[in-house]
Amino acid sequence: MSALLAVEGLDVRHGLLQAVREVSLDVAEGETLALVGANGAGKSTLLRAIAGAHRPAAGRIVFAGRDITRMPAHRRARAGIALVPEGRRLFPELTVEENLRVATASRRPGPWTVEEVLEAFPLLEPLRRKRAASLSGGEQQATAIGRGLMTNPRLLLLDEVSLGLAPVVVEGVYRSLATLIESGTTIILVEQDLARAMRVADRVICMLEGRVVLEGLRGQLTREQVTGAYFGLRQGATA
Amino acid sequence: MTWVAAVVHGILLGGYYALLAAGLALMFGVMRIINLAHGSLALVGAYMAFLLVEHTGWSTYLTLLPVLPGALIVGYLLQRTMLERSLRAGQLVPLLTTFGLLIVIANLLQEFFSPDVHSLDAGRIGTAAWQISSELSIPWFDVLTLGIALAVLGGLQLVLRFTQLGRELRATAADADTAELLGVNARAVYARATAIAVAVAALAGVFYGMRSGFDPSQGGAELLYAFEAVVIGGIGSLWGTLGGGIVLGVSQEIGAQINPEYFAIGGHVVFLAVLVARSASQASRIRYALRRFA
Repeated sequence: MSALLAVEGLDVRHGLLQAVREVSLDVAEGETLALVGANGAGKSTLLRAIAGAHRPAAGRIVFAGRDITRMPAHRRARAGIALVPEGRRLFPELTVEENLRVATASRRPGPWTVEEVLEAFPLLEPLRRKRAASLSGGEQQATAIGRGLMTNPRLLLLDEVSLGLAPVVVEGVYRSLATLIESGTTIILVEQDLARAMRVADRVICMLEGRVVLEGLRGQLTREQVTGAYFGLRQGATA
Repeated sequence: MTWVAAVVHGILLGGYYALLAAGLALMFGVMRIINLAHGSLALVGAYMAFLLVEHTGWSTYLTLLPVLPGALIVGYLLQRTMLERSLRAGQLVPLLTTFGLLIVIANLLQEFFSPDVHSLDAGRIGTAAWQISSELSIPWFDVLTLGIALAVLGGLQLVLRFTQLGRELRATAADADTAELLGVNARAVYARATAIAVAVAALAGVFYGMRSGFDPSQGGAELLYAFEAVVIGGIGSLWGTLGGGIVLGVSQEIGAQINPEYFAIGGHVVFLAVLVARSASQASRIRYALRRFA
């Protein structure tokens, strides 16, 4: 199994705080990986470092056989890495359609066009000329995911896509994700909801204080093991 | 009737101010850079046109063909070599950098062109006018300037609204980090914005050189008028800049109508009044908010 993404010994700092410590992980083409962990465990920072929004202090990131550790974010997007950032981060004054079209800057041809995205998220069709700032949280999240897809990524990074959304809306977002996963898109997702993460992902990695503390395929891990790692309890203690 | 003439001339003058201010508004809108060298770059445009007229005997209008592309290149390089670095050092540094640039340009122009007043020939349009009544005549050149200003602002608006460059500009202005994550090269977008701003400044400078004499020290004064137009019109908005330019032009002409010495003062007074009114309405909003908590 050749890895699409390989992270080796990655350290990322926010000033004095070391958010990610010596993290190594591989993601195979077509795989769905869930990153779980408490707040401040370094999941978002790890995603942002992979996407190029944070420069790592040490370590290497290899994507599709190329070392991208020093590559600026826009070139990573052009190479096929898309991050749907935490908090959506839409361009508020641009319309839904304009938000989607900005991503054509990645110059990656592929199946995702404005029409395809609107078909995948039918709730956006009547809103395409509305300013992003006027949308509800769920509509904004759909736009943010659609905008990420517009870069036709080989690797899609999803940061807390269900945060702050009503449960019904989260269901809708995950139904769309299920289609994506089936279509073979490689995904790393950060999710607070443990049960949901373990349902969607092929593999789960649990982070604690910047380190990977537990890793396993969906079938191999029990909920208790993950919860134990999540709170930093010794695995023996939870058994 | 003379008051009507003052208003009409003020509106036409506003076209020139809007042309001068458009690039300033664009750079501030996209990068939050207040380019203090904007007026000086306009002057450089005028001097380049002067140089070409001197050496080739072309009409001033024809010199725009090489001057505008040249200004695009100068703007692009200016961003990539100087402003980009200063932006990385925080909000204040670009202000200092462009202030330095203003002084350097004024001195270089003085060195090469002497402190003498130069002017550019506006051709037949420069002297022709429609005589509406005994007191109101409308110079063709002022109408042309207003027309160019409308075309430039309208063109910029179309670019911003309907092209990929426009979407990238607006997205980068709103959130450069997120735009980068979508494949937008923010630095290249900034450089293109500055290139456009400097080209529009050079265009305004050539028109300035045709409407009056210019000398190397005038960059600062022209900047002040452009700056006032931007502030009156509401910072960062293109059509607001046109409105601001017209309000400034009309206030200056009305000031001059009261007393010929009040031309500049008329504009400054309205500029200050707008600033005070804005901060007063902000203060009352804050008071209202505080009262709700009390």
